[in-house]
Amino acid sequence: MDNTIIEASHVSKLYGLNKKDAIKLMNEGLEKNEVYKKTGVTVALWDVSFKVKQGEIFAIIGLSGSGKSTLVRCFNQLLKPSSGKILYKGKEIEKFNKKELLEFRRNKISMVFQNFGLMSHKNVIDNVAYGLEVRGMNKEERQKKASEMTSLVGLEGWEYKPISSLSGGMNQRVGLARALANDPEILLMDEPFSALDPLVRKDMQFELLSLQRKLEKTVIFITHDINEAFKLGDTVAIMRDGKIIQIDTPENMSTNPADDYVRKFIDSADKTKVLSVKNIMITPSCLVRENDSVKIAIREMQHNSVSSAYAVDSKMRYKGIVTIDDAINANKENTKVSDLIKKGPITANEDTHISDILPIAAETKYPIAITDEEGILKGIVTKTSVLSSLVE
Amino acid sequence: MNDYIFEFPKTWQFDIGTSIDDSVKLFSRNHQAVLNGIKSNVIEVIQGIDWVLTHIPWIILILIIVYLGYKASKKIAVGLSYGVMLFLVGTFGLWNHMLETLSLVIAAVFISLVIGFPVGILIAMSKRANRIIRPILDLMQTMPTFVYLVPAVVLFSVGTMPALLATTIYAIVPMIRMTSHGIVHVDKEVYEAALAFGSTKMQTLIKVQIPQAVSTIMTGVNQTIMMAMSMVVTSAIIGAQGLGLEILVATNRVEMGKALLPGISIVIIAIILDRLTQGLVNKNEVSE
Repeated sequence: MDNTIIEASHVSKLYGLNKKDAIKLMNEGLEKNEVYKKTGVTVALWDVSFKVKQGEIFAIIGLSGSGKSTLVRCFNQLLKPSSGKILYKGKEIEKFNKKELLEFRRNKISMVFQNFGLMSHKNVIDNVAYGLEVRGMNKEERQKKASEMTSLVGLEGWEYKPISSLSGGMNQRVGLARALANDPEILLMDEPFSALDPLVRKDMQFELLSLQRKLEKTVIFITHDINEAFKLGDTVAIMRDGKIIQIDTPENMSTNPADDYVRKFIDSADKTKVLSVKNIMITPSCLVRENDSVKIAIREMQHNSVSSAYAVDSKMRYKGIVTIDDAINANKENTKVSDLIKKGPITANEDTHISDILPIAAETKYPIAITDEEGILKGIVTKTSVLSSLVE
Repeated sequence: MNDYIFEFPKTWQFDIGTSIDDSVKLFSRNHQAVLNGIKSNVIEVIQGIDWVLTHIPWIILILIIVYLGYKASKKIAVGLSYGVMLFLVGTFGLWNHMLETLSLVIAAVFISLVIGFPVGILIAMSKRANRIIRPILDLMQTMPTFVYLVPAVVLFSVGTMPALLATTIYAIVPMIRMTSHGIVHVDKEVYEAALAFGSTKMQTLIKVQIPQAVSTIMTGVNQTIMMAMSMVVTSAIIGAQGLGLEILVATNRVEMGKALLPGISIVIIAIILDRLTQGLVNKNEVSE
């Protein structure tokens, strides 16, 4: 089944007067710079085509001037392509009339900006509610929805604060909440985290991933940071001089770069981030066998000063966890570990992509157990190690 | 031959000035009734403003200024100093002249705001309007003021009306410019965000562009008041009543002291008006 939600088809965008000549020269295979020298026309985008699948994060990466910001603005018609089409579920959005375009922008697609694009004359909640306001929703209803969104991005209690009192990261949370308030199908994100300092950026990337997994929005994510693109993108497109050079999954791209340019780009990324949890998993410090008595388990946990232990059977197959509280409460001679085992944290395979366990890692109280196909405990991944893997 | 090189050829010189004079006079003669109608209406308004001002007891006016000064600066000393300065104008014996001047300024500023604000929005929104109106604004600002005092007199004869016209022409420009500037220079992403969330042009203007431009627009209001203040004095030569006339008369008689006092009064009013409206600008910036 074709689950393409939005698609760019041979999109080009040129700025300047002498477009005809420029198009001819581009067709002859000249470089963007030469075309500019000869005709004075800037080629911002050239023959860009790709499909974005429903529910995926489509990351577009390129250096500044590669046309990525121009491209993203074509999707909601802030800019009109000089030629080519943008298709939303098969419909050409250039052909929308004024009303249809407003409806499209109000209900289907919303945008997050690099420098937030927040309205300084409104407070947090009114910013979040802006899209609902122009849609004509009444005040009570939109404030209710907006405060839900404000809590969703973790800004509870800040609803009535002015925008100027917020830090950079909080500003972008407001930007994200505003974009989500419309309940759009597609989120356009134009370098949303570039203006944030590195630590806050990690937080926000993490936040975006968990929100996206929860809400299942389609995201078109623009960035100039290859790590960010690989971390977030299900599919990554590399742009250069207004053209798309390669579109692939992060894994395929790092193993089969299309050309030297892509290879150089990827070399600047830390590959472990693209790969699996194997790289960050550690040996569990506290193991107990399911047939051990509770006393042994308590002693073991105290000895390692941890509050939970991993229970395995005689073949090292993972059974669950035992917590110190349960163990102490049930501290009788004949209680066995197997009586106290909690199904505990979700397990993951050692080949799981790190970004896939991010949402789990954020929520679980205990480290995630990593097992192989036969259920044998291989190691654990702590919340700290997941998060620190995000930090360069 | 020399005549043609070192002197501009006589045969190529035309007397355009006289024909312009004639056509303005002709226009004035032919539209006497309309012009008089406008004039009497406007003068009634200005007299109305003057009537209100003269019926405010002087002490109340001073107290209002003290309060506004305190509100704008958050310092009671500042408010009091404005009050003392205004009191000084009274001791100069110029209180009523000051009110005459003020009513002309208020009328000119009011007209400037009412016309200038929408025109400013228009040239911010429409490239074509911008291309047409901007050179006119340049003309209004650079043309020496005396030049348009004359046609104002030809159309409305001497008195308050031509003074108001000349003052408004001079004072409206910053209002238009700052309004347009404020709207055009709203942060690009904020503007894009308004569009991206499906605002119509009108929604974008009212909900985003104008509120974002408020502090720039307030600067325009401040500038307009200041320019009106300075022009009101010049317009005394075509018959504006008030402080300007006092200065003009004293200057003609070479009475230095008598010219100085109304001069100081004008400075005082200008300072007070400037500080009060500046306070308004700053307040808007802080709340952002």
